[in-house]
Amino acid sequence: MEDESREQSQSPSTGMRLIVPLQGIVQGRGGLILGSVIPCAMFYFLQFYLKRRRSPPNLPHEQTSNPPSPTPSSSNLTELPRSASRSSLLLSRGSIGRPHVSSRVHSIAKSNDSPYYIGLDKVSADPYDRLNNPNGVIQLGLAENRLTLDLIENWITERLNESILSGIATYQPFDGMTELKVAMAGLMSQVVGRTVTFDPSQIVLTSGATPAIEILCFALADPGNAFLIPAPYYPGFDRDMKWRTGVELIPVHCHFAREKNIHIISDELFAASTFGDEEFVSMAEIIDSEDTDKDRVHIVYGLSKDLSLPGFRVGVIYSYNENVLTVSRKMTRFSPVSAPTQRLVTSMLSDTTFIKNYTEINRERLRAMYDLFVEGLKELGISCTKSSGGLYCWCDMSGLIRPYNEKGELDLWDKLLNVAKINITPGSSCHCIEPGWFRCCFTTLDETDIPVVIERIRLVVETCKSPS
Amino acid sequence: MAIEIVQPSVGLSKIAVSETHGENSPYFAGWKAYDENPYHEKHNPSGVIQMGLAENQVSFDLLEEYLESNQEATSWGKNVSGFRENALFQDYHGLLAFRKAMASFMEQVRGGKAKFNPERIVLTAGATAANELLTFILANPGDALLVPTPYYPGFDRDLRWRTGVQIVPIHCESSNNFQITPEALESAYDHARSMNMKVRGVLITNPSNPLGATIQRKVLEQILDFVTRKNIHLVSDEIYSGSVFHSDEFVSIAEILESRNYKDSERCHIVYSLSKDLGLPGFRVGTVYSYNDQVVTTARRMSSFTLISSQTQFLLASMLSNKEFTEKYIKINRERLRKRYEMIVDGLKKAGIECLKGNAGLFCWMNLSPYLNEATREGELEIWKKMMEEVKLNISPGSSCRCSGAGWFRVCFANMSEETLEVALRRLHEFMDRRRNGQKTHDLSALAQVQSFSLGDICRLFGERSKDLKSDLISSLSDSR
Repeated sequence: MEDESREQSQSPSTGMRLIVPLQGIVQGRGGLILGSVIPCAMFYFLQFYLKRRRSPPNLPHEQTSNPPSPTPSSSNLTELPRSASRSSLLLSRGSIGRPHVSSRVHSIAKSNDSPYYIGLDKVSADPYDRLNNPNGVIQLGLAENRLTLDLIENWITERLNESILSGIATYQPFDGMTELKVAMAGLMSQVVGRTVTFDPSQIVLTSGATPAIEILCFALADPGNAFLIPAPYYPGFDRDMKWRTGVELIPVHCHFAREKNIHIISDELFAASTFGDEEFVSMAEIIDSEDTDKDRVHIVYGLSKDLSLPGFRVGVIYSYNENVLTVSRKMTRFSPVSAPTQRLVTSMLSDTTFIKNYTEINRERLRAMYDLFVEGLKELGISCTKSSGGLYCWCDMSGLIRPYNEKGELDLWDKLLNVAKINITPGSSCHCIEPGWFRCCFTTLDETDIPVVIERIRLVVETCKSPS
Repeated sequence: MAIEIVQPSVGLSKIAVSETHGENSPYFAGWKAYDENPYHEKHNPSGVIQMGLAENQVSFDLLEEYLESNQEATSWGKNVSGFRENALFQDYHGLLAFRKAMASFMEQVRGGKAKFNPERIVLTAGATAANELLTFILANPGDALLVPTPYYPGFDRDLRWRTGVQIVPIHCESSNNFQITPEALESAYDHARSMNMKVRGVLITNPSNPLGATIQRKVLEQILDFVTRKNIHLVSDEIYSGSVFHSDEFVSIAEILESRNYKDSERCHIVYSLSKDLGLPGFRVGTVYSYNDQVVTTARRMSSFTLISSQTQFLLASMLSNKEFTEKYIKINRERLRKRYEMIVDGLKKAGIECLKGNAGLFCWMNLSPYLNEATREGELEIWKKMMEEVKLNISPGSSCRCSGAGWFRVCFANMSEETLEVALRRLHEFMDRRRNGQKTHDLSALAQVQSFSLGDICRLFGERSKDLKSDLISSLSDSR
C-alpha cells in the first residue's frame, strides 16, 4: 500500500489523477475497499488540506528526512550565515520570509526515500575496498561495468593521439558533431542492429541516456499524459521521466502500441552487454519490415553500460520520426556532449577492430561473472531468472521474506544493507508486483569478491531461516 | 458502406509543436544566411561575415600554449590509473578538484572581491542548461520571470520552452542608456500581476548581453532591495564577468551580498560558464552558484540531465586551478577585448555610427536609429535585411532582443581575426557612404517637389556636396516625373 501512495505523492501538484492501485487489486490483499479507497481518500484529503493552507516550503522537515548525502552541503555552508529573513517578516508587507520554490523541489525530496537511492548513499559513505575497507558496504546496486575497462585503458594509452583543442573549442552543433554521429551509427549497426544499419542523420547526441529519455518525454507527451512501462523497471525512470515533464508512468505487462496509436520508446542501453543463449533483437529490426510503424519508434542508446564510460555522458536518441528528430535536436542544447569527449569517443568508436574485440571479450567476462555469481547464490538456495544480458541478475529471495509482502521485502533489504552490508535493489523500487525479488549487479566485482558477498548473504539467510 | 479508416499519424506534445523554441526570429534567420554563404578570407571574400555570434576567439593561443606545455596535468598521460576512475565517475556533485577550480576562477575574475564556496557550485553542461534548470526550480508553469530588455534572444527559448514559465520584460530605454530603474521594476511586476501571473524572480545579465555594459553598483542594490521587498528570487547571469575591459568596473551580486553580510542571500543565484570568458563553448561547462541550500540540493539532483563529461572536468581542473596561468589569461584577455572594442567603435564612428558606451562583453550595441526610414520594428528589419543582403554582415536586430526602441543592433567583434573585422568595418563604411549619398538625393527630390525650390537653392542649402550630387539629383528628379 505504501507503493500506491508513493506513486501518487510523486505526481506534480498541478492536478489530481486517479491512479489505479494495481498492486492492491492483483494481490487481492486487504480488499479493494481497504486497500485502495482509504489511502486514496486520505491522499485527496491531504491535497485539499495542503492547498488551503498554501504552506511555505516546510524546509526543516524535509531536511531532516533527507538521507545523508556524500558531501553534506549543509554542514559545509556554516561560513555563510543563514539570512535573518524571519526578522524581516516584521518589515515586509505581509509576505513570508523565504522566497517560494517550485513544486518540483518538494517532489524530489520525497523520492530520495526510495531504497534505491538510500542504498547508493550508504555505499558512498562507506564503500567496500578489498584492502583498505574490507568491512565496507559492497556495491551490487549500481549497474556499472568494471570488468573490461582494462581494454579501454590500453586503447587510451596506445592509441589516443588527439590534440585536445584543434577545432573543438568553438560552438559545435548541439546535437553532436557529424564525425561522432557516423561513428555511433557504426557502433549501433554492429552491436544493436546486426541485420539493420543505422543512419547517422537520425541520431541526436545527448549527455547520457538520462536526458535522451527526458527529451523524448517532453517531445511526445504533455504534462498529465502517461507512458505505459513494463514492470519491473529501472527505478531511475520514476525521476527521469516524470520529474520535470509532468508525465505519468503506468506499470503494465502488455504491448499494443499500434492499436492505440501511441509511441514506443525502446531503451536499448545494454545491447552489447548480452551473453546468453538468446539473441538480442532491437526494435529497429522489428520495424524495418513495417513502414507504418516507423514514426512511432524511438530508440535510446549510450556508452555508459556497453562501453563502461558513464562519466563521459554520451547518449543517443535514434528516431525514424523527422518531427521528433527536429525537436530533439533543438532540445538537446540543454544536454549536449562535451566536445573533447566527442573527439575521444569518435576516435575510439572508429577503431572498429578494437570495438569488435572489446565487445567479444566483454561478453565472455560478463558470462563468466554471471555464472560464478548465480552459482554462489544457488548454494544459498537462492535462484535467479535465466538471464541473457545486462549487468545484473534478478534473484528470487521470496523464500526468505516474512511476511510475504513489500514490508517483508524491505525488512530483508534493510538487513542486507545494514547487517550484511550489501547494497542490492529491492523489487519494490522497480515496481515489481511480486514481493521478494532483488536486482543484484555483479559487474563491479572481482572474482575474489564473490565468496565475500556470498558469505555475507549467508549470514543473513541463516537468520531468516531460523525461527524468529 | 465501406469507410476508409485512415490511421491518424501519431501525435507529438504541445511543447514539440509550439513556436517557443523561438527559432523563427530574425536572430536565427541571419545565421542561416551565414551558413549558406560564410565569409572566408581566401575562398570566399565576398561571403557573409558572422557578427551575430558571441564567441571569444581572441585569446585562444593562450589556451593552446598552456595545454601544450602541461600535457601531463590535462590528460591521463601514459600512466592511466586516473582514467578508470574518471571514466566511471558520474556523481552529480562533480569532481571536487574541478569545483574548487571553478570557485577559484570565479574569485579571480572578480579580483578577489568575492568568495565562492565549492560546495555551492552545481555543474551543468553549459549556461543554457543552468538558466533552464534554475527556472524549473524557482518557478511553476505559468509563473513569470522579470527580465530587463534588451535581452539575449535565446532566453525566450531557454527560460520558457520546456518550463512553461513566462518572461515579462522590464522595459529599459535608450534615454538613460538602458539602465534598469526602480520604476521599471515596479511597472513590470504590476504588469505581470495584472495578467494574473505569479512573479517568481528577476533575471539579470551582468555584464549585459546585448548592451556590452556592466550594471552599476547602485542599480544592483536597488534590484536586490526590490526582490527582497517582493520576496522573490534574483538570478544574476554573470557569464561575461571575465570579459570586462577594466576589472574595477564590474560589481558582482556576490560582492553586494558579502557587503550585506549575506542577509537575504537565500534568494540569490549566480549563473556562470566558461563559454565566453575562456572561449570554450564547445566544452559545455556551466554552473549554478546558489546561496540557497535547498536550491543547491535540488539543482544538483536535476543536473543529472545535464552533467559535464568527467573527462572535461578532469582536463580543466588543473588548468583552472593554476593561478599563475589564470591570472595571466584573465589580464591579457581583458586587454585584447578592450582593444577590439575600441577598434570597432572607432571604425563605426568614422562611418558615422554611434554605439552605446560599453565596457564589457564580446559585442557592441550599435545605434542605427537615425538611419531608419521609419522608427519602427519594420524599419529596423528593413535595414537589417540590407545589412545581410547588401553589406553581407550578419548582425542581430534589437527587436530580437525585445528592445523598446527601434534601430539598435548587437555587433560581435571577438569571433574573427582583426583582418576580418577590418573588412567588416570597411564594408559598413562604404554602405553608410552610399546610403548618405542616396539619402541626400532622396531628401532633395522630395523637398523639391513639395517646396518648389529652385535647383540652385537646394544645392546651396546642402552646401558642400560635389557636382556628383547635382547629377544624382537631376537624374532622380527626372525619374520621379
